[in-house]
Amino acid sequence: MMDEFASESDSDYTSYWRDWFISSRGNEYFCEIDEDYLTDRFNLTGLNTEVQYYQYALDLITDVFDLDCDDEMRETIEKSARHLYGLIHARYIVTTRGLAKMLDKYKKADFGKCPRVFCHSHPLLPMGQTDAPHQKPVKLYCVRCEDVYNPKSSRHAAIDGAYFGTSFHNIMFQVYPALVPPKSSERYVPRVYGFKVHASASLIRWQNGQRHKMLRRLRKMEVESGFKDDGGAEDLDEEDDEEDDVELDELDRAEADAMHVVG
Amino acid sequence: MMSSSSGTPESWISSFCSLLGHEYFAEVSEEFIEDDFNLTGLQTQVAMYKEALEMILDVEPEEDEDEDEEDEEEEDESIEGADRMRHGERRNHSRIASDLSVIESSAEMLYGLIHQRFICSRAGIQQMSEKYELGHFGVCPRNHCEQARTLPVGLSDIPGEETVKLFCPSCLDVYVPPNSRFQTVDGAFFGRTFGALFLLTFPEYDLTKRGADVLAGARISDNDKEMLNGMYTCNIAPGLGSAKIYEPRIYGFRVSELARSGPRMQWLRDKPDDLSELDEARKFAEDNPDSDDDDESMNLHGRPVRRLRQQRKNHGQGGSPVPMETNGAESEL
Ligand SMILES: [Zn+2]
Ligand SMILES: [Zn+2]
Repeated sequence: MMDEFASESDSDYTSYWRDWFISSRGNEYFCEIDEDYLTDRFNLTGLNTEVQYYQYALDLITDVFDLDCDDEMRETIEKSARHLYGLIHARYIVTTRGLAKMLDKYKKADFGKCPRVFCHSHPLLPMGQTDAPHQKPVKLYCVRCEDVYNPKSSRHAAIDGAYFGTSFHNIMFQVYPALVPPKSSERYVPRVYGFKVHASASLIRWQNGQRHKMLRRLRKMEVESGFKDDGGAEDLDEEDDEEDDVELDELDRAEADAMHVVG
Repeated sequence: MMSSSSGTPESWISSFCSLLGHEYFAEVSEEFIEDDFNLTGLQTQVAMYKEALEMILDVEPEEDEDEDEEDEEEEDESIEGADRMRHGERRNHSRIASDLSVIESSAEMLYGLIHQRFICSRAGIQQMSEKYELGHFGVCPRNHCEQARTLPVGLSDIPGEETVKLFCPSCLDVYVPPNSRFQTVDGAFFGRTFGALFLLTFPEYDLTKRGADVLAGARISDNDKEMLNGMYTCNIAPGLGSAKIYEPRIYGFRVSELARSGPRMQWLRDKPDDLSELDEARKFAEDNPDSDDDDESMNLHGRPVRRLRQQRKNHGQGGSPVPMETNGAESEL
């Protein structure tokens, strides 16, 4: 925040409302929207019909609110301001500056870490399942397993997903591809006294087949797969068999070798 | 120390299980602990084994001259003979405080190791099913699993390696429990077998049901009782499949697989639309009329099954693979 003040045109200005908003408990997923962005009407196109008392709400966000009104009215405007902030936030975080701010938060794991064991606490990003407000609450995206998780805290689970939108998290990794971690085929294999369970084992073999098909498609198109162990000496789908009680299946081994020749 | 003679209201076991962070534990029955067979091999796993066991069973140590002599009824030499003990046996130990803390932590370790075995026994897995129904193990954090119930599991059977994790039968993946208080609970106290054994033991739970529905006894309906690979088809990873895979999009456009940041992990959440594709025995016979392929896995009854594909060509017979049971590693159930 300090360096932000130094770099902003409004360096001698304190953003009371926004400061309060982003530091409120439960609002940890939001970053602070620049004064510059808020005061450029072009960025707010169309939002005036989305919130009640739009102008008052905007005045509140930008600390120029000076309407004399009763508490009830004040509360209504306050609520509108929070909603408006969220809607602007969804637009702001896909700008260069907004992405950079969210990246900082991502690096600090402000949005939490992936609960999947084999993602090894990889940081998450907030996301919406729709861009329309009042539809679905915010979810968390893990770029390592490419799946979507529920926030742990009920305070976070109540936030509107539209305040983050459906594109932001994907734009983040398109703009900063170096942030995409190496992919891994490491996974859980249900076992009973060391034996794989037939039903899950057959599904896992099928899934490994799907992964191989994808890797072959990518190789054909000369696209890097992102798997750290892709193309190495050991084949991907053999790793869960390594510590097996049962001898490595000879046929699969033969298939695996054939796969390398194809690749 | 708890005293068995003063009629203490709470046993060591129930007070251990009511500690914060111990919500996943079942209360191992004294009966189970008193059966020496169930403790086979644990004597060498913990320090001050006898004292630890006494603590768990709330046996008060007392003056006894021939403490090291074993009584000889039903002696079993396969188990390190000197280390046997029975409930009620009185021993004399002048305990100093440091001993006590060693015994206390040994007792916790020993209880955990017994617990790993107990929850795979008939009585133990039954108790765990009651806890499952009551929602003691929480739900899957994955969005598409829609609050499917999870089971506590270990990634290792050896203590000290990994903390307890939650296995989701809906997506077949494992997760870190949401509350940090579980991050001090050893995963070996639940072990690698319990999660999958639970599914094989209680195949009729409808894995997609949540909350009160589970308590209300939601079971899969008779119409859904089609079986595949030893499980009801509707219970094979119900949280996976083409409709339950996240599709990354930017402004409505799907991110291409060919993009550097494109999807690479969808296989992990995939499942064939037509599950009969997983009927490998049938499929294999169709696709590979002559090759050798052994595979071992478990069937519904927790018994290992060795599928000997085309093995019989050695006997000069062709034909489809036949499941055959071996008698190795049969479960305790
Ligand atoms: Zn993940
Ligand atoms: Zn799940």
